[in-house]
Amino acid sequence: MAVLTEEQAMLRDMASEWVRDRAPVTAARAAARSEQRYDPALWAEMAGMGWCGVLVPEAHGGADFGCVGFGIVQEELGRTLVASPLLSTALIGASAIRLGGSAEQQANWLPRIAAGEVVVALAVEEETPDAGTAAMLTAGSEGWRLDGRKTPVLDALAADLLIVSARDEDGSLRLVTVDAAAEGVGISPLDRLDGRDAATIDFAGVPVDRAAALDGGAELLEHLLDRGRAALAAEMMGTAAQAFETTLDYLKTRVQFGQLIGSFQALQHRAVAMQAELIMTRSAVEAALAAIDAGAEDASMLVSLAKALAGDTLRLIAREMVQMHGGIGMTEEHDAGLYFKRAAVTDATWGHAGFHRNRYARLAGY
Amino acid sequence: MTGASLDALRAEAREWLAANFPPSLAFKNPVPYQNHAPYAEGDADWRLWRDRMAEKRWGAPGWPEIYGGAALDRAGIKVLAEEMRRIGAFNPMKMTGYTMLGPTLLEYGTEAQKAQHLPGIASGRVRWCQGFSEPGAGSDLASLQTRCTDMGDHWLVEGQKVWTSGANHADWCFALVRTDTSVKQRGISFLLIDMRSEGVETRPITLISGSTHFCEMFLNAVKVPKENLVGRVNEGWGVAKRLLQFERDSLSEGRGEGRSLLPIARDRIGVNAAGELADADLRTRLVGHAMRAHAYNLTQDRIGAEAKAGLPTAQLVPMLKNLGSDVAQMRAELVMELLGTRGLGWSGPGFTDEEMEAARQWLHARAFSIYGGSYEIQNNIAAKRTLGLPDPKPIGC
Ligand SMILES: Cc1cc2nc3c(=O)[nH]c(=O)nc-3n(C[C@H](O)[C@H](O)[C@H](O)COP(=O)(O)OP(=O)(O)OC[C@H]3O[C@@H](n4cnc5c(N)ncnc54)[C@H](O)[C@@H]3O)c2cc1C
Repeated sequence: MAVLTEEQAMLRDMASEWVRDRAPVTAARAAARSEQRYDPALWAEMAGMGWCGVLVPEAHGGADFGCVGFGIVQEELGRTLVASPLLSTALIGASAIRLGGSAEQQANWLPRIAAGEVVVALAVEEETPDAGTAAMLTAGSEGWRLDGRKTPVLDALAADLLIVSARDEDGSLRLVTVDAAAEGVGISPLDRLDGRDAATIDFAGVPVDRAAALDGGAELLEHLLDRGRAALAAEMMGTAAQAFETTLDYLKTRVQFGQLIGSFQALQHRAVAMQAELIMTRSAVEAALAAIDAGAEDASMLVSLAKALAGDTLRLIAREMVQMHGGIGMTEEHDAGLYFKRAAVTDATWGHAGFHRNRYARLAGY
Repeated sequence: MTGASLDALRAEAREWLAANFPPSLAFKNPVPYQNHAPYAEGDADWRLWRDRMAEKRWGAPGWPEIYGGAALDRAGIKVLAEEMRRIGAFNPMKMTGYTMLGPTLLEYGTEAQKAQHLPGIASGRVRWCQGFSEPGAGSDLASLQTRCTDMGDHWLVEGQKVWTSGANHADWCFALVRTDTSVKQRGISFLLIDMRSEGVETRPITLISGSTHFCEMFLNAVKVPKENLVGRVNEGWGVAKRLLQFERDSLSEGRGEGRSLLPIARDRIGVNAAGELADADLRTRLVGHAMRAHAYNLTQDRIGAEAKAGLPTAQLVPMLKNLGSDVAQMRAELVMELLGTRGLGWSGPGFTDEEMEAARQWLHARAFSIYGGSYEIQNNIAAKRTLGLPDPKPIGC
């Protein structure tokens, strides 16, 4: 673990204690496929601890701890698979408004985000990811009309405010904010492997005020995605660390052939290899988060490094978690399957490991 | 069979399959995955196919005719398999009874046992489950505790089994039971238990794929007729080891098969100007897998031919099982990667049936390296038996 400041260490201890006491895996099970797909009471507690304002400036009621601070919380949430719209709202939403919003937009949204009063979702991906953005903003008498389909949109069901990417009349990519309850916004829930909040959103002639546009377009979007990826990588690292520790415990309790299965070298070596991957992943994740906070030039490269390592490491450990638990690891009752499914979802979100290897290659000039 | 008679069999098979295999089942054998889909028997076409195959005796093609087989030799069986594979057909009898118990009974069963049980297996009408594993006895199967006591005119069985696939749908169970507590392997017997016997209870356990064919099985003072013992008392471990070989053998079959991933890869990731898959990284890995699957299939064919010629191949079975589960698991991972976020669907709407089936198969595929003896156990057996490597001694470091 990086050397933390006193404030960061406090944040970590608080998050870790809260997760253990208030949001164990049983809470994640209860939230999965429930009507809201997250627990609003827990969400309120998270807001109460100030986590929604980690990226919000102090002037707007936040703590301004930066991405490193956010990553610390997100890692702890990853341990027990806490389902909440925190990443969408407090990281991506707050960053979008802070970096691309006018003074008015900031004053309007940031305090409410920090207080946990609004949930934000990023509606960017489309059905054919490589075909570019097809959603359109058409100029009308006052402002634009928005048409298009976004899928999958994480935390869409919970969202009050959507940040949507679309092409304007000049073909430039823009990000605009859209009220999730506006007329013409159609939200169809998706039931995915992890049972969390995700949906397809159809926009049919939704009126968008020009003042709802964010500054920055494609560049801002890429930056927001990088923030999301880095924080998700931190979460994945927490998930992987917990999956590993649970497995390690099992190696130290399950007996076959009159001995602990952890005494078999075939398993010992693989356990050590997993720990080694976790060590490398941590270095990459921490470096990526710090690079974003510092505005470093190689931030994107580090983000791709982190997301690729987190994806590979988490999937490896989740596979081993199932394998080393034997039959019980294949049952719905056991947690291994939850980690295994969540691993696939997080890896596929905002580019899986293969995508980030290609991106790293491009950025590094290969 | 040779030359002309094989050609005739091939022509017959081709014609018969075209007329009798329900096209709705092509390339989707519902049995291996047993996911959310209704149990295969709920499917009218599947039942039709099973009954036609039973009548044709091609469900147990190598078994003697008196037991419902067609008495074909290995070459003939291979021709049948090839013709079925060509059109995406499958052998509906390939379930626990046929792949594991049948060949074991042919070797160890009494005449009466064979006559009683084999025809039901060959026709797919009688379903079997395997009652081996217990909560404390998985990899270390021989530590099993289910007690079996000789009551003079019957056996009395008392204990608990777990991970019993299909127990909730089975008519019969072949189980390992303890008839002597003073020794480990040599206190085990092999027993056939009618699932309708009083005292047999099953409780389904849901798998991570959503499937509910997995069970706990409780045996509470179950009376079993004396003649249901296979082999002699306390000699069941030898029977079980033979059965496990058949199980591994069947588990390494067909793992390298499946339609090429190239069309879906083209569809999902596109091609560059040279017609190559546009993602170089994924292309390399897809090809790497395709080549391994190819080599694996060639290996299956080669070992099959060697076995037919009487060469010793049994010691390769553990390695083949691991190669096979590896190839199949890697394929499932690649399919998921190709599907991207489209592969993350658990239930509709918003996902196609194929997409959701891919996810279920990917989940189910994790079991390949656990059941039938785990990956690690196969490697232990191969290291010891095939390579002659010694057991470790405590080294204290
Ligand atoms: C889908 C599915 C279907 C099944 N169907 C049946 C069935 O129909 N009937 C039946 O009887 N059983 C069935 N099983 C049970 C299966 O055979 C056992 O799960 C398997 O033998 C492993 O036992 P276990 O689950 O107790 O794991 P354990 O034996 O506890 O193993 C836990 C881990 O330790 C490893 N390990 C254990 N010993 C060693 C060693 N010496 N060296 C290195 N590693 C070791 C294992 O490989 C595994 O990774 C099924 C299992 C699954 C998953």
